[in-house]
Amino acid sequence: MRTRVPALGAEGWFTEDGGPALVGGRCATCGTVTFPAVTYFCANPGCGGREFTRARLGPTGTVWSYTDLRYQPPPPFVPATAPYTPFALLAVEVDDCGLVVIGQAVAGVGVDDLRVGASVELVIDTLFSDDDHDYTIWKWRPSERAR
Amino acid sequence: MSDVVVAGVGMTAWGKWGRRFVEYGVEAATEALADAGLDWPDVQFVAAGETVRNGYAGYVAASSIAQALGWSGAQLATAYGACASGTMAIDIARARILAGLCDVALVVGADTTPKGFLAPNAGDRPSDPDWLRFRLLGAANPVYFAFMARRRMDLYGATQEDFAAVKVKNSRHGRANPRARYRREVTVEEVLASPVVSDPLHLLDICATSDGGAALVLVSEAKARQLAGASPAVRLRGVASITPRYPNTVLELPNISADSSLVVAPPPRGYMDSIADAAYEQAGIGPDDIDVAEVYDLATAIELDWYEHLGFCAPGGAEKLLRDGETALGGRIPVNPSGGLACFGEAVPAQAIAQVGEITWQLQGRATGRQVSRARTGLTANKGLFGHGSAVVLST
Repeated sequence: MRTRVPALGAEGWFTEDGGPALVGGRCATCGTVTFPAVTYFCANPGCGGREFTRARLGPTGTVWSYTDLRYQPPPPFVPATAPYTPFALLAVEVDDCGLVVIGQAVAGVGVDDLRVGASVELVIDTLFSDDDHDYTIWKWRPSERAR
Repeated sequence: MSDVVVAGVGMTAWGKWGRRFVEYGVEAATEALADAGLDWPDVQFVAAGETVRNGYAGYVAASSIAQALGWSGAQLATAYGACASGTMAIDIARARILAGLCDVALVVGADTTPKGFLAPNAGDRPSDPDWLRFRLLGAANPVYFAFMARRRMDLYGATQEDFAAVKVKNSRHGRANPRARYRREVTVEEVLASPVVSDPLHLLDICATSDGGAALVLVSEAKARQLAGASPAVRLRGVASITPRYPNTVLELPNISADSSLVVAPPPRGYMDSIADAAYEQAGIGPDDIDVAEVYDLATAIELDWYEHLGFCAPGGAEKLLRDGETALGGRIPVNPSGGLACFGEAVPAQAIAQVGEITWQLQGRATGRQVSRARTGLTANKGLFGHGSAVVLST
């Protein structure tokens, strides 16, 4: 039985508590939001804040752009399947935070299913697996297909 | 403000030649020095674009090339700005001349590149955004180009045939360029028949990696009067080597998120607009004054983005400008008469210097076989990952 753990580097970047969402940072001084969370100096050059809280982002958004990766990306990418299966990547305007965030599409979604401006929602899914673990990551799923 | 003059240009032929990067740098530098009518010991300052591997500094540059030419005691600096490294080196050399710290500077960029995708070095580095985008997303460089291309298709009705037409144009331009690696005219059909790398971009939409070197000799106006070479003096009128302004709401390589516009509104002119704006402002001119441009066509669709960001047409107008032939040789504003990256491939620290070299040749009437007629003012534009903007305005 494999256990689910966040993929290396993405620990603390998303949550499934209360439903799937990204976890960013919010500046306690100016309120600006970052993803991944900035925790040492506010990204807003007019602020200078150094105190941050966690910000729950998503789970809904709008497609900013998208592509299909027909060639296997080079390491450190780890293919989920052998042989490699092409997958789509989306850049999504996440609702209510003014951020555009890249994520993989869930399996089976390709460019023909996507359009700039289409609604998507976030799911927590497996990035790749080994004998002991399913390594998890956020992915985007077209809203119409989710229902 | 007095200007800095481009007194000499040197450039190797681009290709995969299997030589060391220093050899390409020396070949370009000696050609530039001969072009300027100067000898290596005349050089007071050497600025080099850093030779890199996979987005990271791997080798020193200025001292390596200075040693290969014979250590002369010259002052030196090495600049890293990813694809914009060459402009950064030009900027440093120009500033030293304008400050009166030297009269003769050599700017060099040279590299050898591995085959295939650029990617981070081996090893787990989860705190590194460049490592994370590959590991967590598989987002190699063409992904970012493809995002912009897909937006052009959905927002402006661009087609894959339009993107291919950029390749066709640049491949036609490069046919007569002895420095170009690829000198065969490509057809739209060939581009569309090549494998899709990152939809909607095909293999022939995306530039290759190459070996190559480029060099400039920059001099003060006083030194230029002394030299008084055979070619018209070409002046550096503006050099931009700039970051975005917060919030930069367009995805920037290698980031997996853009800045948030929640608290601070995006600037009225976005990052790619601001790159040329900065060089135009220094030069005191605008896009209507530009006769010829060399822009960074890492992928064909990006060239269309540049037309708009450089002010050659309004947003959404790039496809019409291309289809009307206005950016081809003989058109209103020829773009990439050298053949661009489509014909050269990319040699990271050399490319921005090569762009300035091509514009210099164009303004001097020395671009045989690809000459833009009556070119008086030219522009280069380029962007390096991690937020390195780059543009240079030159005029006779």
